[in-house]
Amino acid sequence: MRNTAFSSRAVSSRALRSPKVRPLQSLQHGWRVARALFASQYALMLEYRAEIVLWALAGMVPFIMLAIWIESPAGAALGMGPTQLARYFLAAFVVRQFTVAWVMTVFEEDALQGRLSPMLLQPLHPFWRYLASHVAEQATRLPFVALIATLFFLVLPWAFWLPSPQRALLTLAATFLAFVLNFLIQCTMACMCFWSDRVNALERLIYIPILFLSGTAAPLEAFPPALRRLAEATPFPLLVNFPAQLLSGGEVQIAAGFTALAIWITGLFLLMTLLWRIGVKRYGAMGA
Amino acid sequence: MAPSSSTSPSPSPIIRVDGLSKTYRVATKDPGLAGTLRHFLQRRYKDVAAVRDVSFQIQPGEMVGFLGPNGAGKTTTLKMLTGLIHPSAGKALVAGYTPHRRQANFLRRITLVMGQKQQLLWDLPALDSLRVNAAVYGIDEAESRHRIHDLAEMLDLGAELKRPLRKLSLGQRMKTELLAALLHRPEVLFLDEPTLGLDVNAQARVRSFLADYNQRFGATVLLTSHYMADITALCPRVLLIHEGRLFHDGSLDALTQRLAPCREVRLELAAPWPLEALRTYGEVESCEGVVVHLLIRRDALTAAISRLLAELPVRDLEVRDPPIEELIGSLFVQGTLS
Repeated sequence: MRNTAFSSRAVSSRALRSPKVRPLQSLQHGWRVARALFASQYALMLEYRAEIVLWALAGMVPFIMLAIWIESPAGAALGMGPTQLARYFLAAFVVRQFTVAWVMTVFEEDALQGRLSPMLLQPLHPFWRYLASHVAEQATRLPFVALIATLFFLVLPWAFWLPSPQRALLTLAATFLAFVLNFLIQCTMACMCFWSDRVNALERLIYIPILFLSGTAAPLEAFPPALRRLAEATPFPLLVNFPAQLLSGGEVQIAAGFTALAIWITGLFLLMTLLWRIGVKRYGAMGA
Repeated sequence: MAPSSSTSPSPSPIIRVDGLSKTYRVATKDPGLAGTLRHFLQRRYKDVAAVRDVSFQIQPGEMVGFLGPNGAGKTTTLKMLTGLIHPSAGKALVAGYTPHRRQANFLRRITLVMGQKQQLLWDLPALDSLRVNAAVYGIDEAESRHRIHDLAEMLDLGAELKRPLRKLSLGQRMKTELLAALLHRPEVLFLDEPTLGLDVNAQARVRSFLADYNQRFGATVLLTSHYMADITALCPRVLLIHEGRLFHDGSLDALTQRLAPCREVRLELAAPWPLEALRTYGEVESCEGVVVHLLIRRDALTAAISRLLAELPVRDLEVRDPPIEELIGSLFVQGTLS
């Protein structure tokens, strides 16, 4: 028998199971994995600088909406002056740059082309890789966002403002949570890939509601009361409107916003976990 | 037909498979516009049995070849044994774990290498991906450097690890993938066509690496390959699967005897001999002048050769088995396995 290392001991499930890992070791392990994933994904993103610029430019919708509202008589009906409008849409642009998520698209590709299988064979949930990829892309976008904001203030110097330190911190927290929320929405819908090969169609389904109900096209204050109530019953305004209002100094219910974020994040996390557990049993490992 | 088995059960197999089956539900569609519309309005499904009631055991440290034509159920079986897919029926136990539960401790003990699939990041040097793997498997940095150096030496890899994966040749990529798949020193290796598409030298290198790895670390290997040289060089035992059923479990020699009840005898005679007379010794496969190929049943071989040497003007005589790939290939083409 060729075996040297393993044949000498009995192979039983009890013998093979590792001792329990302590919480501190677990944290250290998690931190090391996070650093390694971020470093590799950041290196990958830097290979595609031109693509990142194009994606950043593709997020210019708020500026287009600003041009429409500021030139239109309807703009006055929003109850916001040109300065506040300009600040809101710049804030919406910045927030969108750091809350965008595209898990559905890559997950569908990975599942169909067999790239999901090697990920499932490692002791790390595949969604952590996607999370690292998103965070790395945000880090890559940062200089472009700063450049575009600078250009914005050069063109519209009267719109310049600096948020208070408190608002800046709250904006950071709200933007991060909005990203987590959007990421979980995408992950939850990506799990549907276990039932349908074309889950990406769902993304097109939610694209319009997100565009209009999130506050990208107009701040929620501009909505008719009934539509506003409908929007507020969805998680979408939390993705852009809430953090953008915080950043631009608009009136916003801070406690209610963070509470809603916490509820949606918890609910979606539980739903995503459930769908994953059921769905992964249906995985056919196509293309692998 | 029940599979033959040449191995006696052992108290602690590292892979234990019992009545494993997998049935896929596949949508069917008739050709043409009418078929397309029907498919859109009312989808019809058919159950396809990819693996049927397969049972075997593999001891720690064994290298086992897994043979069968395309679509026989080899890859499906490997996917079930690695926990990628759930079996429809039956049980599997690998390294003491039920694979489809995909517990972290199970995943740390196995690896699956698929010839044409990659786990490494395409645009980055392999070392970047290896750092991630080391972190994921909890291998400390000094130890991971040592293992990378060690495996790279065995695989004859050096500067290639610092070049983006897309810049490497197919052979270099395969070796790099093997390195990544083995960094965590898995006890059980599932290798699905690890030499597919490689040139002869690269195939030989991978083969020798796998043999070395098995010797050094005592790893268990279950290997599928279309290259019979991989199997003959590495695997004393083979499993043959056809249409989802296990047809043979035993040595390659036993498989050859089972598939080829006759042996081929090549004769070179001093003068041409009448065909009718030659037929009394066995089936005449070909007769070209003084060179004759006969097929003679194994149980009658000794007596037939004695007669040939005594009765015919034999200048040269050679007895051989038909190449195993030809035997398996022809049987699959004829569909005679069932």
